[in-house]
Amino acid sequence: MKHFLFTSIAIFLFSIYYAQDQNWGQFTGNFQGDFQYYVQDSLIDAPSVPERFLMNSFANFNYSAGKFSAGFRYEGYLNTMLGFPNAGNINDGVGIPYRWAGFAADNFEITVGSFYEQFGNGLTLRTYEQKLLGIDNALDGIRIKFNPTSGIYLKGLVGKQRYYWEKGAGIVRGIDGEFHLNDIINKWKDNSLRLILGGSFVSKYQKDDNPIYVLPENIGAGAGRIAINYKGFNINSEYSYKINDPSADNNYIYKSGQALLINATYSQKGFGVLLGTKWVDNMSFRSERDAGLTDLSINQLPEITRNHVYSLTAYYPYATQPTGEWGMQAEVFYNFKRKTPIGGKYGTNVSVNYSRVQGITKTPINDTTPIGLAGTSGYTNTFFSIGDSLYFQDINLEINKRWGKNLKMLLMYQNLKYNYDILRGTNEKLIVNAHVAVIDLTYKFKSTIALRGEFQALFTDEDKGDWALATLEFNIPKWFINISDNWNYGNSNPDKRVHYFNTGVGYTSGASRIQLSYGRQREGITCVGGVCRAVPASNGVFLTISSTF
Amino acid sequence: MRNIILLVVITIFCNSILGQDIPSIQIKDLTGKPANIQELVQNDGKPVILTFWATWCKPCIKELEAFNENFFDWQDETGVKIIAVSIDEARSISRVAPFVNGKSWEFDVYTDENSELKRAMNVNDPPFLFILNGEGKVVYQHSSYMEGDENHTYEILKKIVAGLPIE
Repeated sequence: MKHFLFTSIAIFLFSIYYAQDQNWGQFTGNFQGDFQYYVQDSLIDAPSVPERFLMNSFANFNYSAGKFSAGFRYEGYLNTMLGFPNAGNINDGVGIPYRWAGFAADNFEITVGSFYEQFGNGLTLRTYEQKLLGIDNALDGIRIKFNPTSGIYLKGLVGKQRYYWEKGAGIVRGIDGEFHLNDIINKWKDNSLRLILGGSFVSKYQKDDNPIYVLPENIGAGAGRIAINYKGFNINSEYSYKINDPSADNNYIYKSGQALLINATYSQKGFGVLLGTKWVDNMSFRSERDAGLTDLSINQLPEITRNHVYSLTAYYPYATQPTGEWGMQAEVFYNFKRKTPIGGKYGTNVSVNYSRVQGITKTPINDTTPIGLAGTSGYTNTFFSIGDSLYFQDINLEINKRWGKNLKMLLMYQNLKYNYDILRGTNEKLIVNAHVAVIDLTYKFKSTIALRGEFQALFTDEDKGDWALATLEFNIPKWFINISDNWNYGNSNPDKRVHYFNTGVGYTSGASRIQLSYGRQREGITCVGGVCRAVPASNGVFLTISSTF
Repeated sequence: MRNIILLVVITIFCNSILGQDIPSIQIKDLTGKPANIQELVQNDGKPVILTFWATWCKPCIKELEAFNENFFDWQDETGVKIIAVSIDEARSISRVAPFVNGKSWEFDVYTDENSELKRAMNVNDPPFLFILNGEGKVVYQHSSYMEGDENHTYEILKKIVAGLPIE
């Protein structure tokens, strides 16, 4: 049956391919396959893989003809690779979990089937997919977008969220409006002060079948937002409020939730500054009360810390604590012009970033009830109260400089404080204080032949101690090879001072890439766009193929 | 497994399909003003580079630095317009404007906050580059960035202007 299905799809696709020349529409898509063969390695505590070989793959097929478009995504996890959400093998299998069709006219658009959507900053609603994390909370239902007049953007949707190969129990309903006042009010058209107002309301319904508590079945969350732009200044702020929503996340307390996000920036050529703050209280919002981890989230509360890319600067990553946190961030970007003392011949680019996150204050509702007791209103607090407990702090400096025609350099220093108990759910009274240094050098032998060396070191007395990492990467047109070693030389247990050797080769041709690597992968946390997943250690051969067509 | 092989074959086979149109999707400029990508890629019959990047993507930044160094020369010779679409999400989207200005980049930068355009154009991971000819059709696409890739980009721009076939 499956074979038949795929043959039919293939015939369908080929016919569309030939139809393209006749202007019968357009067919596009992409493919990615990740394959790993796992080798046993007890030294790094790599979990054993009974299948030995695991695969994550997907392919999107999109068709559009004029105002009509449609598409689907095939996904295959045989079986799901280590480190992706797969409790009880819930993610294993193959199928077409995502398919949609849409119609777009001049001022409205209708989508039926699966879709992704974001209202404002996502404090009330954001559905998205992030293959690197195994996240896909797409809504399956109906969405209508309507643009009645210039500057007014309205959206409405109803749907159920994807839960691996199934749907979550709750129904999600939402509306959103965004009003660009300069486009609406004629007199403001050419004003250099630009104003955008927006608001959204999202509600979820889930039947109350709890034997102990009487739970609200309809839960609403609303948000208002404003964006002001004046010359180089930009302020973007959103506040959201959610009625009481007892759930596994908040230990079934009957307390409302709030979140506030403010980001202000100023920039002009050669200079930029960012200031932001965030306050969150009890704002986890899922379409199923008992869902956990990354499952069935309706909203997203963005982190207010820098998203690091170098392996050791990202070794202790931050993740938003939806039950309550306050955070702030400041960052300055500056470009020292060429032919100045600091700028040198080619200019020097510098950025300094600081962020800090703390808990919020929570007061018991009375003398006999502990904070957060299930079935009560949990605790009381005042808006924007900041607690004493430090969750995370990151100070980092980055310098980019070019030395002569062929040598480029990046230097980075980071100091971070990481509350291990809060962020990893342990109880060791541990705050990791780490210093990280990175040097990244690229030397060009010819314009298309280059060698890159990346050297990183992490120093800490806590957790697993010091790490060093060196990577060499050599590229010629279309090809690269790399070799890397990540060494936990400072581990307090001499038997655990492990080398994580890794080597790989990659080939790119146009929009297709193939990459093969072999070696050890250390355990860690991978974060993309503010969501993280724990990746276990592994050893083996890894192959990835991707293509866009 | 057979299904997978079949998919790979289809993918490779269809990879030769080029000349695709840009979908009608709204992205935003750095002040939050919506703009339709179909209108943005209009460039009076001259080529357009449309590239996807993010503030947290090192190879993307290298690619854009290389484009910035060549931008005025390329513009003089080919009239090219560069549109760099950031896929930064809520966490880092506020960084985009000060970041871009801090780098003194001269080309146009837009944001695609929930990856709607990225998805519609089947982009896997950034950096991902499209080159459009004067009619707004995609004539070349490229995944990833390695040192010197900009030379190839420049060759393609020159071919478009000279009316020569690509590849």
